[in-house]
Amino acid sequence: MTGAATDVALSVEGVSLSFGGVKALTDVSFAVRKGLITAVIGPNGAGKTSLFNTISGFYRPQSGDIAFEGRSLSGSAPPERAKLGLARTFQNIALFRGMTVLDNIKLGRHAHMRTGLLDALVYHGRARREEIALRAEIEERVIDFLEIQHIRNAPVATLPYGLRKRVELARALAMRPRLLLLDEPVAGMNREETEDMARFILDVKEEWGVTILMVEHDMGMVMDISDHVVVLNFGQVIAEGAPAEVQMNPAVIAAYLGAGELGRRLRSPEAA
Amino acid sequence: MRIGTLKTDYAADEALFDTGLQKCLLALALAGAVLLPFLASPYWLFLACLCAINVASATGLNILTGYTGLVSLGQAAFMSVGAYTVAVLEIHLGTPFLLNLLAGGLTTALVGIAVGIPSLRVKGLYLAIATIAASVVLHFIFSHWALTGGVQGLSMPPARFFGVTMDQPFQLYWMIMPVTMLMVLGAANLFRTRVGRAFIAIRDRDISAEVLGIPLLRYKLMSFAVSSCYAGLAGGLWAYFFRVVTPESFPLVNSIFYLAAIIVGGMGTILGGILGAIFMTMVPEVLKFGAGLVTPFYPDALALLAPVRTIVFGALIVGFLIFEPQGLAEIWRRIRRFFHLWPFKT
Repeated sequence: MTGAATDVALSVEGVSLSFGGVKALTDVSFAVRKGLITAVIGPNGAGKTSLFNTISGFYRPQSGDIAFEGRSLSGSAPPERAKLGLARTFQNIALFRGMTVLDNIKLGRHAHMRTGLLDALVYHGRARREEIALRAEIEERVIDFLEIQHIRNAPVATLPYGLRKRVELARALAMRPRLLLLDEPVAGMNREETEDMARFILDVKEEWGVTILMVEHDMGMVMDISDHVVVLNFGQVIAEGAPAEVQMNPAVIAAYLGAGELGRRLRSPEAA
Repeated sequence: MRIGTLKTDYAADEALFDTGLQKCLLALALAGAVLLPFLASPYWLFLACLCAINVASATGLNILTGYTGLVSLGQAAFMSVGAYTVAVLEIHLGTPFLLNLLAGGLTTALVGIAVGIPSLRVKGLYLAIATIAASVVLHFIFSHWALTGGVQGLSMPPARFFGVTMDQPFQLYWMIMPVTMLMVLGAANLFRTRVGRAFIAIRDRDISAEVLGIPLLRYKLMSFAVSSCYAGLAGGLWAYFFRVVTPESFPLVNSIFYLAAIIVGGMGTILGGILGAIFMTMVPEVLKFGAGLVTPFYPDALALLAPVRTIVFGALIVGFLIFEPQGLAEIWRRIRRFFHLWPFKT
């Protein structure tokens, strides 16, 4: 892991996190390579969302370090991490319900804008220029790209689930991220919506050159689009590698189906 | 009806007033505001000034409570800070009124920031209690400090502007109305930019606001500062309007009045602050008028006015919360939507 430091976007090294007596993460280490899609999978309660919250800066790990492009993130609050180019979406969509789609997406650029309070009250000069440039950029880069022109002025609260997920992705893309964290981007979606989202994620990787780290339960999608898979179970990394390798790994199969008699019987007729 | 959006650039789409009808209505309102002092009686001008002061303060509270989601019951106390600052400056230094107003606004903003500091840790009800505590502290200071005249308060000379003494509603109108209009315009502008959007983001989902790079404490304090600056300016206008400032001028009930105004008007909309404040200011007048009508049949009507007023205020708040939680602004939006498709869809 140390030899290939130049093409590593995010490195997680020996991270342990516990809440009281509950160990959410134990000595978790892995690397996210630049320009690739890395997926974190694992059964419920494996610590995937805790890992994401640690990377975003909501939780402070008791030990270990997370470095983004070679620079340690420890001690920086979520807003600072946003400025460095870390963007994320949430498992249970965290859009701003009282705003339109457009305003939600505009918020993505917040950290990169400079309008101050006094400029804002007057809305002249810099504030106006910045707002109009922002609008143009969002329309041309993000809204066109994600095909959400028709809902740009709709309040978020009126949108169906699948579209909300897409708006959340749009908001993250408006941040011009260098690393995009997606927490279950297709959870609760039907086949068609999942395929759309998978296509968008691949396009983000290929057209925008953004590194992606995602947590996902939909194994079909994970195996189809990711380049590297990390498997967590009970807060520990139990396997990592290319999707096909991980799929065959006995420890992974055991984690998902159980290691007991029942698990063996369930596994045997299929032979993976 | 409107047949489509025919904008050709983003600047037009980002404009504050984007339809012809809106521009016409705005022009009419402006013309009305300019003509009013020449047509209305001093009593109506008095009411217009009072409405404008309340609009300024309610808009300020709307920024904090309606847009940023931080419930405050300290708006009246913040107004008192502005009022006392203006009164002290006018009495002791006699500086121009615009300067005094500005100083009132800035002082109140500083007080607002201090009061807002707990807002990172406490939210909702607890923050409301913290702001009540601040009101009590301010009341205590004003009624014991020699500079603020103790319980008697201060009476101040009228403002002067190029030799004109502003002591009648007619002159005061020309001070109060423009200042209020600029304040409302500033608030409307604020929510077209990243700062205003950050406030709304904090209200709707503070966790994702943080992930987008919005430092919560900084923006919450900024919201407190803007909101209390507005209260301070409104308080300063109030001081020039009544020219007597006492610790009892701004009781806690007034804070509730402003909260009621933005609930009735519509939280989190500029129009809501305006409509709500005007509505709540005019309700007592309507009641007074009603009492005058029934006096021939029921001679005690005027004596009952004060308690009835309180009941009506309470009933209005409860009624709006249940039947029209988005307030008067939503009613206005419904009317507009209706006419967008009229006469093809009714």
